[in-house]
Amino acid sequence: MTDSQLKEDKNMGTEMGTEIGTEVKQADNASGIIESGQPVFQAKDFNLWYADNHALQNINLTFSENEISAIIGPSGCGKSTFIKALNRMVELVPIVRTEGHILYRGDNIFDKKMTVEELRTKVGMVFQNPNPFPKSIYDNVAYGARVHGIKKKKILDQIVEKSLRGAAIWDEVKDRLNQNAYGLSGGQQQRVCIARALAIEPDVILMDEPTSALDPISTTKIEDLIQQLSKDYSIVVVTHNMQQAARVSDKTAFFYQGYVVEHDDTSAIFENPKDKRTEDYVSGRFG
Amino acid sequence: MADYNIQEMVQKNKNNKRTKIVEKSIPIILFLITCISILTTIGILYTLISETFIFFTRVSFIDFITDTEWNAFSSDPSWGIISLIMGTLKIVVIAILVAIPIGLGAAIYLSEYATDRTRRTIKPILEILAGIPTVVYGTFAITFVTPLIRGIFPEVNLYNAISPGVVVGIMIVPMIASLSEDAMSSVPNTTREGSLGLGATRLETVFKVIIPAAASGIISSFVLGISRAIGETMIVSIAAGSTPNASLDIRESLQTMTGFIVQVTSGDASYGTDLYYSLYAVGMTLFLFTLVMNMISQWITRRFKEEY
Amino acid sequence: MQLVDKDQVSKSLGGRLIRNNIMKFLFLLCTLVGLVVLVTLIVDTVLDGWNYLTWDFLTSFSSSRPENAGVYGAIIGSIWLMAVTAPVSIILSVGTAMYLEEYAPENRLTDFIKINISNLAGVPSVVFGLLGLTIFVRQLALGNSVLAAGLTLSLMILPVIVVSSQEAIRSVPSTVREASVGMGATKWQTVSRIILPAAIPGIITGIILALSRAIGETAPLVVLGVPVSLLVTPNSALDTFQALPMQIYNWVKMPQEEFQYLTAAGIIILLIILFLMNSVAIYIRNKFSKRY
Repeated sequence: MTDSQLKEDKNMGTEMGTEIGTEVKQADNASGIIESGQPVFQAKDFNLWYADNHALQNINLTFSENEISAIIGPSGCGKSTFIKALNRMVELVPIVRTEGHILYRGDNIFDKKMTVEELRTKVGMVFQNPNPFPKSIYDNVAYGARVHGIKKKKILDQIVEKSLRGAAIWDEVKDRLNQNAYGLSGGQQQRVCIARALAIEPDVILMDEPTSALDPISTTKIEDLIQQLSKDYSIVVVTHNMQQAARVSDKTAFFYQGYVVEHDDTSAIFENPKDKRTEDYVSGRFG
Repeated sequence: MADYNIQEMVQKNKNNKRTKIVEKSIPIILFLITCISILTTIGILYTLISETFIFFTRVSFIDFITDTEWNAFSSDPSWGIISLIMGTLKIVVIAILVAIPIGLGAAIYLSEYATDRTRRTIKPILEILAGIPTVVYGTFAITFVTPLIRGIFPEVNLYNAISPGVVVGIMIVPMIASLSEDAMSSVPNTTREGSLGLGATRLETVFKVIIPAAASGIISSFVLGISRAIGETMIVSIAAGSTPNASLDIRESLQTMTGFIVQVTSGDASYGTDLYYSLYAVGMTLFLFTLVMNMISQWITRRFKEEY
Repeated sequence: MQLVDKDQVSKSLGGRLIRNNIMKFLFLLCTLVGLVVLVTLIVDTVLDGWNYLTWDFLTSFSSSRPENAGVYGAIIGSIWLMAVTAPVSIILSVGTAMYLEEYAPENRLTDFIKINISNLAGVPSVVFGLLGLTIFVRQLALGNSVLAAGLTLSLMILPVIVVSSQEAIRSVPSTVREASVGMGATKWQTVSRIILPAAIPGIITGIILALSRAIGETAPLVVLGVPVSLLVTPNSALDTFQALPMQIYNWVKMPQEEFQYLTAAGIIILLIILFLMNSVAIYIRNKFSKRY
């Protein structure tokens, strides 16, 4: 595949003809895929530095509606940094500097018009370790609605039930909604955290290694849940577990040393990788 | 089931004026509150410097630092701060002679020898000891320690340096013990095991490995202890007497800088007299002493910060 | 060639172990000094003061005649003093700690504020007394009122509460903070609804310990000129007052022997108050210590 062909493919895929990068040196087949559905996130020549450390280099990636996209790669490849850039959580680190664009539904998330609060209500996040607030299960799930000004008890009750059902944990906790969420097991805590993210009905859910701290049974439950959620939500999941990416995702992006090496249908990445590095990684030769 | 749309409600709330105003004003309010601590320092410096300045328009600065007599209440007063500084030094030296060995010994025991249970019993006791008001320690000095000392050495005066010195020392033991223990406990176990694994005894490990590694924390705890002893007021006011002198005799009555301030303010120092302004000159000297000590301690902590 | 003489090593081992054990015993003695002093102090005080600890003692004002003297005015005064000191110091210190931990930018001003606070912690209480005397008593013309003394003590314990509140705030894990801002909560929403509630046990423990230091503090009150004989209790924060530690200090200076027993009785009251405050603090700390 030549450079010009690549450019064409990308233009078709993103339906954004004009400004897409000429500098796609990093990966010959980085974004050469055919998109399905409306694009939700589009990264365009996105670069990120931690002080002098160039952690993400010329990222061009598109995630689409109602898809589960997995991001895989060895430790330190920038996959967590990238997912945290999507809702600008990465800015909590003061030394971070970015260049380029990330478009959410066509709007640049780094634009002054878009506040982080607004972005994060639409783009929910589930974290690596279960991190419930030291509050009751009910208050955890109702938190997002409350900070956004929803105070009516009746509506909050509905939101809590619907979200907990959505996170497949309603039956386990419905009798103890007023107990502290710290009393739950790790897997249950993580599903409460997912319910908490669902409660404000986001458009996209970002998951940063959501099962890395959990036992195998809890992991299976969360994976099933992710698949169910993809009916209503677009999901981006970072994982260091290749089997997990293979099991749950529709598309997979392979990150290596701050570059996107390959982004394609999950089956293609695992069965027919185009890049040698991808092949080495998915076959377990390093990482 | 949904008779509501959350994102819609969120959007409506987005332009909530109150949230926006709160979000903007809170950091400013908190910053203003934080400035109070700076204003306090400015207040202390302003108070001490301006009144001390007036004092030195009336009393020669040279006399203040060279005269060996302090006789503030006489009709022909003399203002030799050395007498008061010597009083403070006598107390401080006795106090650290008591506090450093005991505090360090306790820290070593707690950090290196004690079982977890012993540690959990002893530490609250040290905390209680640290929380006892100094007026109580002062009473203890005059009603218990002084008679005890005079029982053994009858030539010791009722007011002397030994009793308040020892009690000030005991007062700062908890501080030295707990800061030194923190410093030693933060030496990583691998270092400790490295020494014990070679067949060194606990004692050898303590003196050859742990203490050198924790030296900066330990020394800065000593310096902070000295600073506390310099500023200690009630124990010396109650048990050390009120006769300033530059002698080295620890059996005799004396007066410290803090003791002088208390003596003057508990009587009536009429505003505007030399005596009134002398309070600030002494306060300034005291402040400088403790400031230097605190800075030394901070410098040691920063300069020799252990990296594990 | 054998560089290590094994016989020599094993011969010296016995001596090394004995030395270790002797020193261990000495270190233990050092540790027990605190306990011995505490017990001696309490026993000595209780023996002296127990018989004087009567209902009359609790309900009488101070008096120059020991048989009539009591601590009523002093206790009420100390309560008034805490009623001013507690809210003022809490607002100032917790506000400062929140600013430093959550809002302060990393710059030289912030560094300066932090160094300044740790220096304030080392300023002797008697110097705070001089500050209060000049600024509050004279320049703001508050006289030796509850307000003047309360403000002085508030500034004195400010560094203590700031440091303990900072530690409490810092101990809230950053993952919880991320979860909140990750849902689009604003900074203040995160601080007020998540961080503060989670840090509050640690903050309260620090506040109680600092207040228990303030309630026994004598030197600044002497400098401010808080009276020792007064036959009324304050009606407002602008009235003058008595304080328990001042009362004790006044009695211990009295030449008559009976006043020494009154001193001891006063100390017992003060120690009971401190013991109660410390118990509450320790209870809160233990109850909430294993949260994360």
